[in-house]
Amino acid sequence: MSTKKLLKGNVAICYGAVAAKCNAFFGYPITPQNEIPEHMSDMMPANGGVFLQAESEVSAISMVYGAASAGKRAMTSSSSPGISLKQEGLSYIAACELPCVVVNVQRGGPGLGTILPGQADYFQAVKGGGHGDYKLLTLAPWSVQECYDFVPLAFDLADRYLNPVMILMDAIIGQMLEQCELHDRFPVIDYAKAWATNGARGRAHNIVNSLWIDPEVLENLNLRLQAKYAAAQLHEVRLHEYRTEDAELIIVAYGCSARICRTVVDMARDEGMAVGLLRPITLLPFPTSQIAKHAQNGRRFMAVEMSLGQMVEDVRLAVNGMADVAFHGRAGGVVPSPTEVLNAVRAGFGKPPVISRYPSEEMEAR
Amino acid sequence: MQKVFERTKGLTDNEFTYCPGCLHSVVHRMIGEVIEELDIIPNTVCVCPVGCAVFMYDYMVCDVIEAAHGRAPAVATGVKRVIPDRIVFAYQGDGDLASIGTAEIVHAAARGEKISVIFINNTTYGMTGGQMAPTTLIGQKSTTCTRGRDPLVNGYPIRVCEMLATLDGPSYIERVAPTSPAGLVKTKKAIKKAFQNQIDGKGFALVEVLSNCPQQWHMTPIETFKAIDEKMTKTFPLGVFVDK
Repeated sequence: MSTKKLLKGNVAICYGAVAAKCNAFFGYPITPQNEIPEHMSDMMPANGGVFLQAESEVSAISMVYGAASAGKRAMTSSSSPGISLKQEGLSYIAACELPCVVVNVQRGGPGLGTILPGQADYFQAVKGGGHGDYKLLTLAPWSVQECYDFVPLAFDLADRYLNPVMILMDAIIGQMLEQCELHDRFPVIDYAKAWATNGARGRAHNIVNSLWIDPEVLENLNLRLQAKYAAAQLHEVRLHEYRTEDAELIIVAYGCSARICRTVVDMARDEGMAVGLLRPITLLPFPTSQIAKHAQNGRRFMAVEMSLGQMVEDVRLAVNGMADVAFHGRAGGVVPSPTEVLNAVRAGFGKPPVISRYPSEEMEAR
Repeated sequence: MQKVFERTKGLTDNEFTYCPGCLHSVVHRMIGEVIEELDIIPNTVCVCPVGCAVFMYDYMVCDVIEAAHGRAPAVATGVKRVIPDRIVFAYQGDGDLASIGTAEIVHAAARGEKISVIFINNTTYGMTGGQMAPTTLIGQKSTTCTRGRDPLVNGYPIRVCEMLATLDGPSYIERVAPTSPAGLVKTKKAIKKAFQNQIDGKGFALVEVLSNCPQQWHMTPIETFKAIDEKMTKTFPLGVFVDK
């Protein structure tokens, strides 16, 4: 099976969910992710699944918690302020070692912020987000195609690691239209879920619970969670490198920022600067050893984000003092232009800034 | 020798950790008996609350999910929607249901979610040490209203049954008080009806049980029953509010 469609990233997520045999979607309206619940309200029932618009993001993630406890593939989506509300449920789901998929179509923050794109929820996604020592496995698509591809991947990771998986997008990735191949070149495995609370038929009762009064029992749960993250670090790191073989400076960027930086790499190469792009596809596990290896080989780095410096901290931890790590970021819904990133690169090569070759940027400069 | 009374098959062999005289134990037993009598134990999923009944997963013999504070109706919704042939019930206290979880219970009721809710109203946060609850009576003392609940400061107690009865979703809402032999019979009958309605595919059912807290009320169990009958029922009148 394979067809091609012109889709928004948000809509590709819905096709990916159906392809992954997602059983239930619980959502709540918030811009810029509304296409997901809107399309899911039609696509889920049409494919034998459940769609329910919850009364809040808190309830939506609690419904995911219930459906996942029952052993079904469950999913929710939201955007930054709504994802903050889901942190309670995510902590419980991680503690109970349940699989689920959560999509964050990030907008600029903090607070109510803006509906324009942002990448300032990086810390919230990869450092835990809610209370307690847990983490979300986090995937960052940079195209509509990856929005589709990453939903079945996210469900598979969630089922294998018994952990919530986040697909961390932004308003541009969610809203832009691109060609998307709707294929079935991924496994959809019906994992046995002997732990599911779906009625104790012919077995002792199952309990889904995150309350542990005995501190040693709770510490053991924490150690088990950490072992999972260590295993994911060994086996699940995914990254994409572009023109890094001979690069003097490696730009590290994910999602929409990486799309911009690929253009910047070509612009810099045209000017004779040896620049490459390393794009983490999994933000957790982060490509730490791959970046460290480049640092050992004498490369310099520059992190580019639509935040004022979040992922750059993980780049610096990976580099561990072996190389310079520069940073260029914009915040609050501002998308960096290729020229401004190029000028940051030029500064790294001791070159003065250039004036934009794009008319719209020139107008802005005036 | 003939055995005339035994432990219900709906409960595990674990001993309750509830305080002596607390009605949680009585209601737990009733639920155990009801799911045994209706022969739905292997078909039932319980969603338990945060509060004194947080350890309910140790007592119920059916599958149990421990919800976050106030979220039990949403968690139960998630379960029921994906496995609609199972019997799903939530068990909640007054802080859980009528304070932090008001959105969840109101919308589950409004949707006519096909779940059963057993609501234990004892006018206090027993587990955390007797703080003021959304159902604390006017003038009733608690550790966060030490001079008694003052409506000018704390507002008024919430009547959950009356509030939810304004919605079209619920199929059955009743308030009971298991403080006498007749009250006990009525309570069990109400709980059974809440489960039977779900078996029959009817909408949302809720039974509010006026309950006690000898520990935080600083009373003997017998005194708490008297307080329920004489004081609590004035604010929370017993009766059937919805029966469709």
